[in-house]
Amino acid sequence: MSNGSEGNFVTTDGRNIGGVMMEMKNITLRFGGVVALENISFNILEGEVRAIIGPNGAGKSSMLNVISGFYIPQEGEVIFQGSPRPSLKPFEVAHQGIARTFQNIALFEGMSVLDNVMTGRLTKMKTGIFSQMIWAGKAEREEIENREAVEKIIDFLEIQAIRKTPVSRLPYGLKKRVELARALAAEPNLLLLDEPMAGMNVEEKQDMSRFILDVNSEFGTTIALIEHDMGVVMDLSDRVVVMDYGRKIGDGTPDEVRNNQEVIDAYLGVSHD
Amino acid sequence: MPDQVLFAAEVMLNGLMAGVLYSLVALGFVLIFKASGIFNYAQGVMALFAALTLVGIMDGQVPFSHLINAIFGTNIHHFGWHTPALLAIILTIMVMVLFAWLVQRFIFRHLVNQEPIILFMATIGLAYFLEGVGDLMWGSDIKKLDVGIPKGMNETIESITHGAFGYGFFIDNLDIFATFVAIILVAILVCFSQYTKQGRALRAVADDHQAALSVGISLSYIWILVWSIAGFVALVAGTIWGAKSGVQFSLSLIALKALPVLMLGGFTSIPGAIIGGLIIGVGEKLFEFLVGPWIGGATENWFAYVLALLFLVFRPQGLFGEKIIERV
Repeated sequence: MSNGSEGNFVTTDGRNIGGVMMEMKNITLRFGGVVALENISFNILEGEVRAIIGPNGAGKSSMLNVISGFYIPQEGEVIFQGSPRPSLKPFEVAHQGIARTFQNIALFEGMSVLDNVMTGRLTKMKTGIFSQMIWAGKAEREEIENREAVEKIIDFLEIQAIRKTPVSRLPYGLKKRVELARALAAEPNLLLLDEPMAGMNVEEKQDMSRFILDVNSEFGTTIALIEHDMGVVMDLSDRVVVMDYGRKIGDGTPDEVRNNQEVIDAYLGVSHD
Repeated sequence: MPDQVLFAAEVMLNGLMAGVLYSLVALGFVLIFKASGIFNYAQGVMALFAALTLVGIMDGQVPFSHLINAIFGTNIHHFGWHTPALLAIILTIMVMVLFAWLVQRFIFRHLVNQEPIILFMATIGLAYFLEGVGDLMWGSDIKKLDVGIPKGMNETIESITHGAFGYGFFIDNLDIFATFVAIILVAILVCFSQYTKQGRALRAVADDHQAALSVGISLSYIWILVWSIAGFVALVAGTIWGAKSGVQFSLSLIALKALPVLMLGGFTSIPGAIIGGLIIGVGEKLFEFLVGPWIGGATENWFAYVLALLFLVFRPQGLFGEKIIERV
């Protein structure tokens, strides 16, 4: 497999990787005097699993928040599907087909699993408030269609058994899966996962890895994920961006990154002899 | 003795009816609190303002007439027409939606992510501001509100109970009307929040702002929606209170009665607001009837607050509020 930063090739396991979906150009993000991201550029290809890794505090989550519109960078440009993206609000980004999960699970705790996943369909539901009130038939049909799509995702992620359970009663690992289901329900072009495996045991990690790969290969969804567990990332992703102290220190296939001296230094420390 | 029992039953029924009115005011509080975590002190004043606007539009009053007359030396007070009740109600709803938009645009948009106490203080400011605007717009005299709600004793109930028990119950038609309105309103609100996409979005926002944003919900749209609905509930409450005792500025004080109702029912529960209102209504009427004579009467002024105090001590989340669990 080539480095392929230009895109349009077929992977060894037979998935089609398309052109550049999103390009981050010279992104700089500051909080007061603290520079969280410093002049970072990389791209995400259509259909690939792109990982962003780095030690704690490297700026990975900040990067993801820039992509999903929660943070607005002071400098740089985000190019999405060929055109520069103006600074959008997070909910507007969601309407562009970018869904995300959060590092510290952000589910609607008071609602059932089914309702949570249904909220993921909000961007797909078009009837306005008045037709919802007056023209109940159309709204009902829309509800049923979306419900079907949601049931498929629930089946796919194997959470049928807990469909009606309030989310607040679920264990951590399942909550993470429900959050993934909600993001998938939006049928996103780009799926952003913020530490999808954090705090999980080995078995849960394996399940989650399997789901991520399945989503990518079956739906062709482009995935950008953050992880600090190197092992997991290397198995999952097509290409990896490595960050440290807000800078990009490596970018390439897992093998390339693994042998990059700067990356090794960042992870293992440098001996000063 | 049976006479006493029947009389107590009548007092209870009247208490239930009075409780419905408390519930209507409390409902507006719950809606806004659930969706945005803001305790809206201005809810009572919103009810007053809605009622004032309704009367003003119906009577064809010129808004800000005192101000206009003082500046331009004119002497206009009325347009000289009367607006039909239904049209006036629709226009008032539009005013309340505009009000919701203004509140969101000029106050709460600038206070995103602030502490609840700061948002609360903002609503206190809003309450006094709105009271002033209401005064300036429509004048401070007591107004009669007549939108065609039936009033006076219900003769059917009187004659039936008279036939059955030999004692006629006095139930006001207005109270019966208010009860039906409250039932319909609650049914609509529950259906809206459970079965529509906006309702789901509303519950989502109430639960987690970040997550709501990430699934594509615009927070300011939802908040304008919620304040509009709260404005509508305020209009219903204001109209019924106004029809009962005239539209006057003391109307805004009924908001204070909604506080114990909320303590009882829980700040986040729509059914809680209803049940809480009914308990307070029945409780204070029965207490006044049974215990009042022994301790000099006028217990209705404080009974609700003492009951709320007891609830705060023994069950701070109220009857239906979300249970407070601290994980260690």
